[in-house]
Amino acid sequence: MAAVETSEAQVEDGVRRRDFINIAAVSFAGVGGAALLFPLVNQMNPSADVLALAQIDVDISAIEEGQAIKTIWRKQPVFIRNLTAAEIQEANAVDVGSLRDPQTLAERTQEGHTNWLITLGVCTHLGCVPLGAAEGENKGEFGGYFCPCHGSHYDTAARIRKGPAPLNLEVPEYAFTTDTVVRIG
Amino acid sequence: MSFPWAEQYTPKHPLMQWIDQRLPLPRLVYNSVGSGYPVPRNLNYFWNFGVLAGLALVIQIVTGIVMAMHYNSNAATAFDSVEHVMRNVNSGWFLRYLHANGASFFFVVTYIHIFRGIYYGSYKAPREMVWMLGLVIYLLMMATAFMGYVLPWGQMSFWGAKVITGLFGALPLVGEPIQTWLLGGFAPDQAALTRFFSLHYLLPFVIAGVVILHIWALHIPGSGNPTGVDVKGPQDTLPFHPYYTAKDGFGAGVALIFLAILVFFMPNALGHADNYIPANPLSTPAHIVPEWYFWPLYAILRAFTVDFILPAKLWGVLAMFGAILLLFFLPWLDKSPVRSGSYRPKFKIFFWILIADVLILGYCGGSPAEEPYVIISQLATMYYFAFFLIILPILSMVEKTKPLPNSISESVLHGEKAEAAPIGVTPAAAQ
Repeated sequence: MAAVETSEAQVEDGVRRRDFINIAAVSFAGVGGAALLFPLVNQMNPSADVLALAQIDVDISAIEEGQAIKTIWRKQPVFIRNLTAAEIQEANAVDVGSLRDPQTLAERTQEGHTNWLITLGVCTHLGCVPLGAAEGENKGEFGGYFCPCHGSHYDTAARIRKGPAPLNLEVPEYAFTTDTVVRIG
Repeated sequence: MSFPWAEQYTPKHPLMQWIDQRLPLPRLVYNSVGSGYPVPRNLNYFWNFGVLAGLALVIQIVTGIVMAMHYNSNAATAFDSVEHVMRNVNSGWFLRYLHANGASFFFVVTYIHIFRGIYYGSYKAPREMVWMLGLVIYLLMMATAFMGYVLPWGQMSFWGAKVITGLFGALPLVGEPIQTWLLGGFAPDQAALTRFFSLHYLLPFVIAGVVILHIWALHIPGSGNPTGVDVKGPQDTLPFHPYYTAKDGFGAGVALIFLAILVFFMPNALGHADNYIPANPLSTPAHIVPEWYFWPLYAILRAFTVDFILPAKLWGVLAMFGAILLLFFLPWLDKSPVRSGSYRPKFKIFFWILIADVLILGYCGGSPAEEPYVIISQLATMYYFAFFLIILPILSMVEKTKPLPNSISESVLHGEKAEAAPIGVTPAAAQ
């Protein structure tokens, strides 16, 4: 057998037909196996019913000046706050350069709706829900939100002012579909 | 144990040597499914089906674990969670159809594997333990498949659970308490569903464990072969790798094409439409049958229609369990020293009648319990038991077998007739 194989190898310049078949077959199986991995991994991504919750419409007509509501978007709390003139003024009075995450109130709201501050109710430190949206809750030293877990203070534009959180409360993508209805997501 | 001429594992890379001295796992693989396992060189494609069954088990475990991430074993939401898998989960339809049809695939290859064993006498000494462990796997497979079928909590799931646990209810005295105990209630409900889910998740791993024992026991004497003649020397064997990894790989590719056709083009062909109706304890489907792989046993169960000393119901249950349990005694029912059916002309005839008989039983089991299927089932059941309990023992005494080849390699190289000698006669030419 060995003698036959040697002579074949010489004839075919070192690469036998069998080597090609071997590589082709194993590659084919490898590609098939890898393709099979995709659904096995992808099934752990959000399913269609979860993604269907990724957009909500909120009626904000009942929120009076100075009030805030909590709603749920993608299973996470969202704060919608109707800022008072004093709160807007207070937010605008801050020197932006001195902030940990420099942003103006205008950058965090939409033109024509600057009194509507819409943020995720998720502390950027480790994900607790800050206090301050409901009446009577501790709003922290800067009159915005206060996270009880590790003591992060947010101001009236929900910007981080004191404590361990690295960033301002996140502003989700949203749009006003009418003056009183906002679509989040 | 292995043949003395088996190739030895000699790692060259220092890292592999380091591992081999501390945890010889690569050595175990090498000696089990690598070049270190010598296999008879004359295996035909029927020897692919053990590996295919292993492949099916892997497919079932992988797709099953993935679906358990989305399934909900609550009687109120189980049905909806299966629909959730089908409609919402990314590729969920594919995973579920692969799992459902994978079960059928598993049984197809296992049945071929079992009948391969019967035809070639794979159960005979020294492989009785291999055979019996295989039957244990088969029993575990049936339990797992049954409980898996209950999980979607459709009409067939519910009534399947009721009927199958009802089998135990047929036992005298202890029957009803056992049925109630199995279900955790008086009918299938939350308690039954939760425990079936738990066990459906557990049993495949028990199967995997018994599979390891099955392979271990097989590798003591080594694989059988189509001639049934023992391996006599190195010229009779080839290393498992690359010769049989290549052959099994090719067979797996062909088998997966059939599975893919089922999954992608006819995913519900083997299922029952009734199981897409949520379970309703107040209404039994008009035509209730188990999945196809239980049909032959179901036909045996229903073949007993007359009370004789014991109630007919109990006879049916005993016969159904007996049909499998008697296979455990097969190595001692068939005493013929010739293993392979190829050299047993009379056995071969009765064997093929048995195959037809089991297919007929299957057809009757899937049909309504009315004439002519009942009488056909009764005759087919008689043949089934007669084959194992009467025909095989008599055949092994009276059958005149054909001459066996001197060795595997001679049967391969020179054809069987040229080198054949009558059984028990040692030809002068033999080594």
